[in-house]
Amino acid sequence: MTFIAPRVADEKDWLQGETGPWELIIGLEVHAQVASIAKLFSGAPTAFGAEPNTQVALVDAGLPGMLPVVNKYCVEQAVRTGLGLNAQINKFSRFDRKNYFYVDLPQGYQISQFEHPVVGEGEIEIVPEGGEPVTVGIERLHLEQDAGKSIHDLSPDETYVDLNRSGVALMEIVSKPDMRSAAEASAYVDALRQIVRALGTCDGDMEKGNLRADVNVSVRKPGGELGTRCEIKNVNSLRFIRQAIGYEARRHIEILEAGGEIDQETRLYDTVKGETRTMRSKEDAHDYRYFPDPDLLPLELSDDFIDRIKADLPELPAARKARFVEQFRLPDYDAGVLTSDKATGDYFEIVAQKRDPKSASNWMMGELFGRLNADEIGIEDSPVSADALGGLIDRIADKTISGKIAKDVFSKMFEGEGTADEIIERDGLKQVTDMGAIEAMVDEVIAANRDQAEKAKDNPKLVGFFVGQVMKKSQGKANPQAVNELLRSKLGL
Amino acid sequence: MTDLTKLTLASALDGMKAREFSSMELTDAHIGACEAASGLNAFITPTFDLARDQAKASDERRVSGTIGKLEGAPLGMKDLFCTEGVRTTAASKILGDFTPPYESTVSANMKADGMVMLGKLNLDQFAMGSANETSCFGPVINPWRNGEDLVPGGSSGGSAAAVAADLCLGATATDTGGSIRQPAGFTGTVGIKPTYGRCSRYGIVAFASSLDQAGPIAKTVEDAAILLESMAGYDPKDSTSINEPVPDWRGAVGQSVKGLRVGVPREYTMDGIPKEIDAVWAEGVEWMREAGAEIVDVSLPHTKYALPVYYVVAPAEASSNLARYDGMRYGLRVEGENLADTYERTRTEGFGDEVRRRVMIGTYVLSAGYYDAYYLRAQKVRTKIADDFRQAWESCDVLLTPTAPSAAFPVGRKINDPIQMYLNDVFTVTANLAGLPGISVPAALDGNGLPLGLQIIGRALDESTVFKAAGALEKAAGFDAKPDKWWS
Repeated sequence: MTFIAPRVADEKDWLQGETGPWELIIGLEVHAQVASIAKLFSGAPTAFGAEPNTQVALVDAGLPGMLPVVNKYCVEQAVRTGLGLNAQINKFSRFDRKNYFYVDLPQGYQISQFEHPVVGEGEIEIVPEGGEPVTVGIERLHLEQDAGKSIHDLSPDETYVDLNRSGVALMEIVSKPDMRSAAEASAYVDALRQIVRALGTCDGDMEKGNLRADVNVSVRKPGGELGTRCEIKNVNSLRFIRQAIGYEARRHIEILEAGGEIDQETRLYDTVKGETRTMRSKEDAHDYRYFPDPDLLPLELSDDFIDRIKADLPELPAARKARFVEQFRLPDYDAGVLTSDKATGDYFEIVAQKRDPKSASNWMMGELFGRLNADEIGIEDSPVSADALGGLIDRIADKTISGKIAKDVFSKMFEGEGTADEIIERDGLKQVTDMGAIEAMVDEVIAANRDQAEKAKDNPKLVGFFVGQVMKKSQGKANPQAVNELLRSKLGL
Repeated sequence: MTDLTKLTLASALDGMKAREFSSMELTDAHIGACEAASGLNAFITPTFDLARDQAKASDERRVSGTIGKLEGAPLGMKDLFCTEGVRTTAASKILGDFTPPYESTVSANMKADGMVMLGKLNLDQFAMGSANETSCFGPVINPWRNGEDLVPGGSSGGSAAAVAADLCLGATATDTGGSIRQPAGFTGTVGIKPTYGRCSRYGIVAFASSLDQAGPIAKTVEDAAILLESMAGYDPKDSTSINEPVPDWRGAVGQSVKGLRVGVPREYTMDGIPKEIDAVWAEGVEWMREAGAEIVDVSLPHTKYALPVYYVVAPAEASSNLARYDGMRYGLRVEGENLADTYERTRTEGFGDEVRRRVMIGTYVLSAGYYDAYYLRAQKVRTKIADDFRQAWESCDVLLTPTAPSAAFPVGRKINDPIQMYLNDVFTVTANLAGLPGISVPAALDGNGLPLGLQIIGRALDESTVFKAAGALEKAAGFDAKPDKWWS
């Protein structure tokens, strides 16, 4: 593959070296595990965290005479993802064998797609933090099977092998070298993550390893000749992606500025030391002896098959974000946050139904996310449902409670004490709007603080003190606006 | 009582149906023959106890009235088919005592049809060979002799020898470049390789996936049809399996070939082929003409490239298919100083010379820088070879050719000359490359009293016509010679 990289990075993303500025060129290969209950070529289950070697079909263990049969569901998910990446769907594609020996590769080859991937070129738009939108080209997406896992740390002199992952379906999504900063690379992976999650084709959970990236990094003089790249394998969080790129870019610049050359090699990112190190050099690169897998027929997709998937595509995050801005008049920022994953967007749409969208957004991004994050709970498992939060917002809108009281009520709802109405009723939190009752409290407070009342005439700011006292007396239930107005008139302000 | 081992499968099935004898009697007779024939070395793993259990169960089924296509028939299983609970070696050291917890689809079909399995038959190691001399369990000896021990052909040498020596009523075999037909030709038996995809490859130890195909070796064309009807059938567990119903092949045997267009490919006349082979071929053409067929001269211009193509494609696939034998999960493991060393020692000790040779050739032709010149080019020529056949089918319905370029040769004669050995497949390999059905029918004895076979090749999925033509050929040849029973 010959890469060209016409776009020159924004000057703010240039890296300064001794000899002047440098530009980063980044391309990514993201491995996204297909959200399928069965493997790519066998019926074995794919559940995360199962006992070692319990989710292994005979073919996954490379037993003699066992044959792969492609899981149609996984092919559908690859096509779905391809459509979500605005990419060419290849009606003809083929599985190839990538041959190499390793203990966790039972067949002695990985079934992948080399020459004819199921998905061809596409593109997505990303918005790096603090930057302008950037279009990132997709080179291809292909299906392949994962290897097993070698476990080296159970015994000092033995390696154990867990084949649970052997044969699990992966989509390898290869970008063009279109990213020019760590922030762009990170935004790209995040955007991919959001897309596959919205499509339901991958869980996108980087912690569980079902989305991981190989990062290709090189540097060049801005707009100049492409430099030699290094590939950093298997980076599994957005933060590590940014850190690894930062480290690797500096390493390249230092070598080049000292008159050295970059060796094209595969590197690993050490998350503890925060540095990359050589995994294997180009000389040690495997000759994978790719050839078409004779056990499998080529994949031939009909227009009908592709059209049916197309018709069934959900709204993607970018489109949803645009709609939230348009339909709910939300600020760009709010819309971005609320569409960052499907469940959050769905939650918002329920809360915002027939209510003020901005208060819905504020409540979600403030109280709700605050509590969820603190307790490390996903929005799918939120103790306060979208309808329940809506019920609370309704009570603020109809002035039953103040915004301040509402926060306490929310807290109690989160603890499972009931709906907003139940808690308001139980705790007698209904706002006092009876002017007679409020006036009596105002009079009492003024009577108890004669000196202050006198001073207030010269220093109107003191009214805050009186409001506080009255609110305290009413246990927060008095309508603050009414209190304020009454006090001002009684104090002669 | 007559010697039950002399029966054909068809007559044995009839005899059991007529209650002339039981499966147990039939099985016992064959076990006796097997035990007396250890000198042929046809079996790697006899399963006589299992056979008696299966025969008993079969006789009980017969009483209850549920009988399958192969009910009670004692048969042999090439030791390339995985058989649940029975050691499966592929005649290799590297598989050791590997005992599969699963059954190949072909053997499962036959079990379901009431087969009695006498044991696992010897073969060339991983089905790589044309003389059954690469088995790590020793060579199989051809029941036919010529003053010295002869090879039975390969790789299904155990299957062919066992059928020729009346040790079983029929046997399974596999054919990647001629491994059913050439041994059938060498032993005076009938062997058919059906269309690629007719028999599931699920559970058959893979040699070259795009060429491997199972089929039977039998005493008669009719027996071969009976066996293949049981073995064949669509299997969703093999992606290359063809979803077509299995026709009444047995019924096709005996049908008239009047008007059938029989093609005689001129490129199958080759330098260095013994005159006797050409003479039998010419005789076969006459037999077909006399039976009412129309003889057509056809050309398959790419024939000369078939062997080179085969010896690129088959080793390439084999080098990858055999990568799984690494000593990590099952079979032989020879500990080394580190992982790479363990791999090397295991595979050096576990594979025989011929298997190592092919793994190395295959690895070479797939390597970066050689792929285009060898593997890719071979695939292109393979397409041309298939096109040759498509062209031929415009003027004929089947092709008639010799099965092999010689009769059986002495043990040890060619084992150290791979090129000579590879030439054995020259007439058979084209059908594998094109995925077509081919059958070998015994035609005559040569001057040394050794059988020679003729091959009928047909259109893809047209085994019916192949069986029809083979039946006519068999009838005309009237081949009824049997080897002297020198081994017991």
